[in-house]
Amino acid sequence: MESLMVLLVGVLVSVGTYLILSRNIIRIILGTAVLSHAVHLLILTVGGLKTGDVPLLGHSSGPYTDALPQALILTAIVISFATTAFLLVLAYRMYKTNGTDDVSELRGMPDE
Amino acid sequence: MPIEFIIILLPFLFAVLIPIFHRRLSKKFIGWIVFFIPLSLFILLTTFIPRISNGETFSNTYEWIPSLNINFTTYIDGLSLILSLLITGIGALVVFYSNFYLSKKESLHHFYCYLLLFMGAMLGVVYSDNLIVLYAFWELTSVSSFLLIAFWHHRKASRAGARKSMTITVSGGIAMLAGFLMLYTMSGTLSIREIIVNVDVISDHTLFIPALILVLLGAFTKSAQFPFHIWLPDAMEAPTPVSAYLHSATMVKAGIYLVARFTPIFGGDMTWFWLVSGMGLITLFWGSFNAVRQTDLKAILAFSTVSQLGLIMSLLGFGSIALYFGYTTESIVYTQATFAALFHLINHSTFKGALFMMVGIVDHEVGTRDIRRLGGLMSFMPVTFTIALIGSFSMAGLPPFNGFLSKEMFFTAAIKVGSLDIFSLDSLGIFIPIIAWVASVFTFIYCLIVVGRTFTGKVKPDIKERDLHEAPFGMLVSPLILVTLVILIFFFPNIIGNYLLKPAMTSVYPTFPVDEMTPRIYAWHGLNPELWMTIGVIVLGIVLYKLVKYWVRVYKWFPQKLTFNSIYEGFITKSEDFSENLTNRYMNGNLTNYFIYIYIFFIATVAGYFITSEAFVWNTLNDSNVDHYELILIFVMMFTAVALTFAKSRITAVLINGVLGYSVAFFFVSFRAPDLALTQLVVESITTALFLICFKFLPEIKKEDSRRIWKISKGVISILVGVTVTIVGLAVVHYEKVTTISTYFEDAYHLAGGKNIVNTILGDFRAFDTMLEVVVLFIAGLGVYALIKLKARKGDTDVESK
Repeated sequence: MESLMVLLVGVLVSVGTYLILSRNIIRIILGTAVLSHAVHLLILTVGGLKTGDVPLLGHSSGPYTDALPQALILTAIVISFATTAFLLVLAYRMYKTNGTDDVSELRGMPDE
Repeated sequence: MPIEFIIILLPFLFAVLIPIFHRRLSKKFIGWIVFFIPLSLFILLTTFIPRISNGETFSNTYEWIPSLNINFTTYIDGLSLILSLLITGIGALVVFYSNFYLSKKESLHHFYCYLLLFMGAMLGVVYSDNLIVLYAFWELTSVSSFLLIAFWHHRKASRAGARKSMTITVSGGIAMLAGFLMLYTMSGTLSIREIIVNVDVISDHTLFIPALILVLLGAFTKSAQFPFHIWLPDAMEAPTPVSAYLHSATMVKAGIYLVARFTPIFGGDMTWFWLVSGMGLITLFWGSFNAVRQTDLKAILAFSTVSQLGLIMSLLGFGSIALYFGYTTESIVYTQATFAALFHLINHSTFKGALFMMVGIVDHEVGTRDIRRLGGLMSFMPVTFTIALIGSFSMAGLPPFNGFLSKEMFFTAAIKVGSLDIFSLDSLGIFIPIIAWVASVFTFIYCLIVVGRTFTGKVKPDIKERDLHEAPFGMLVSPLILVTLVILIFFFPNIIGNYLLKPAMTSVYPTFPVDEMTPRIYAWHGLNPELWMTIGVIVLGIVLYKLVKYWVRVYKWFPQKLTFNSIYEGFITKSEDFSENLTNRYMNGNLTNYFIYIYIFFIATVAGYFITSEAFVWNTLNDSNVDHYELILIFVMMFTAVALTFAKSRITAVLINGVLGYSVAFFFVSFRAPDLALTQLVVESITTALFLICFKFLPEIKKEDSRRIWKISKGVISILVGVTVTIVGLAVVHYEKVTTISTYFEDAYHLAGGKNIVNTILGDFRAFDTMLEVVVLFIAGLGVYALIKLKARKGDTDVESK
């Protein structure tokens, strides 16, 4: 299972990278979303899969699955949501100010 | 705290305090407060003289980074004492002088801050026994010199001169650092004294010659040796007190100090002898030859400093021969060259310091330093004239001034070394006294030019209109003290010899008996070849000075394009153009390109490491079982993910992303993580909604430009990144050497009072983490709000759309 999951993560990372290398801002944001899915699954996988029961004390007598990766992923999900929301608004702002959704047309100011 | 540390730290302390408190101090007082620092240090250091001359040395260590052998070790012996007396003594005179020289309107707090910074750094150089600390102080002197040359930074020439000196001296410094590291590799210690003790171990090492050359590069660039001398004339853009202090008396002597300090390590090697004395002789000749054609008084003095530094350098080279022979009663005679070098080091500081101050006075009172516009100042400025006369004649090597003594000793050494038959001196040796003599003739000529063109002859009309008068007394004090020393040293040279030079000789020749190396210095030693050489210099010098306008066109023979200056300028311009082109080629503002660099670097380092090491493992033995529905889920995700890259419409793309997100939630369920599954479901729903809302304001995805090669390369990079992550993931999954720490959290009920372990981790064990996560959310929310509401106010220029 673990090996298969890592393989899946690899595919997701490839797709995410491919999308990030696009010129369209929406595709780039989608790329980051896919990348965060991949990372969440990777963290869970390297922590070991199906090593026990749901980590709720009293629910069963154990052993429990590793709770630490789950806590980390919970934080990561929320943060990635925040960044996605921010990026989307940034895309909106970028389109409104510069009239384009193509990042290759953003070249900074000439004196930079 | 040991007294040596205080000596080094005191200037630094005041370099910090002066800028802080300068507003509360009257401009009149800043200089006087600064004046007492070198003065008190000088007086303090004079109390060391009796003990040092008895052969004592002082050493203190403050352990700084002991694990890297980098310790703050100070070491005061005869050699460092001479240098530190010059630094503080000349320093005090220069500060005194600049109190009268610099206008009160200048930003004096900057000036004295840099000057004190330099003083501290220079004392650090001569006192450090640790190579790395020495290097740090060494570069700090370059930095403070840069700041002082660019003191009048509104002038283009000042900035250019500052940059040139910085470029050359710092490049040399880095070469020197490489040499130091080689020394460390060979000897295993960073302490100079310990390296000297272990010199037998390193002298056969393959790195010995490279280290020797690199250390010399540092010394040659700092001491303005040919062909690195070009920075010194340009450094004359600095205020004259700085030129007197840094660029004639002290900083340029740092290279000399370094060569003397490393003579016990490298001396006795043929490469060392030829590099030091050869470069010294070339510099001596080239500097004096070029000084004659200068028309700016400061430029003449700059080239003469170059030339005199070459003289001292070549003497140190001659002296190193004694180490080749080892100690015998015959070889002791070659140590006299080093003795003469150290003697001339002191003498040069006295007469050249006085001469620079004299030029400053002329510039200050008359308003020009151009010898074509000067003349006949003798009757208006008799005291300044006297200073110029004594300084110049001492530099020219005439009695009764100290320059005569060291110049005679230089001739003696040149003749002795020239008649040796080692190091292929039997064929080339004859040139040594000849070059020395020719250079002395030119030295004599430019000394006459300095005095003659400025003070004798007729006053030029445009100068005559000014109200010419002698400089204020305060300005004359410092140069008068120096010229008094010039005369006193001539009459009582053996006081210097016994108290200062004798202990310094032990530093250069630790294995030689000290008493035999300290000769008595006599002004009169009979009608010997040296005296005849001096008489020849005087006669030919006067003749050539009278005829200078007939032979001055010699200088036009040298093509302008081949000067070292134009080579340097060409090199700087070319390398600037090159780096600009190169940078523009890859920093082209295209974000996608920047991503590609990041990914390629990631692939190269991470995957590259996995290829070269054997970190990759993969076995399926410990894998957990795979259920059928999980297999289906995996294939669904892979398929949809790949489909995402082909999605043409944005609605399709977002829906596919939703499929991926919900599948991840299913995995969370399957992997016994109910909290994650819930959160993921909620977040995924909101994210999809957010995307859809945004689409109201954004245009439909346009077709990407479909150049095949671009798509393929994007694909290849993406796949390689995916493969790299897979390799790392597999290696981590199968890494068994670390035990889990999570069992600790299973005691959550006792530790935190909660039964949901994930919740206790978030809310208790790692509560700070969660709090900061909330802060991130908050900041993101603020950003979202601001970006939506942001409108350029009326009248404001819209910065973004420019």
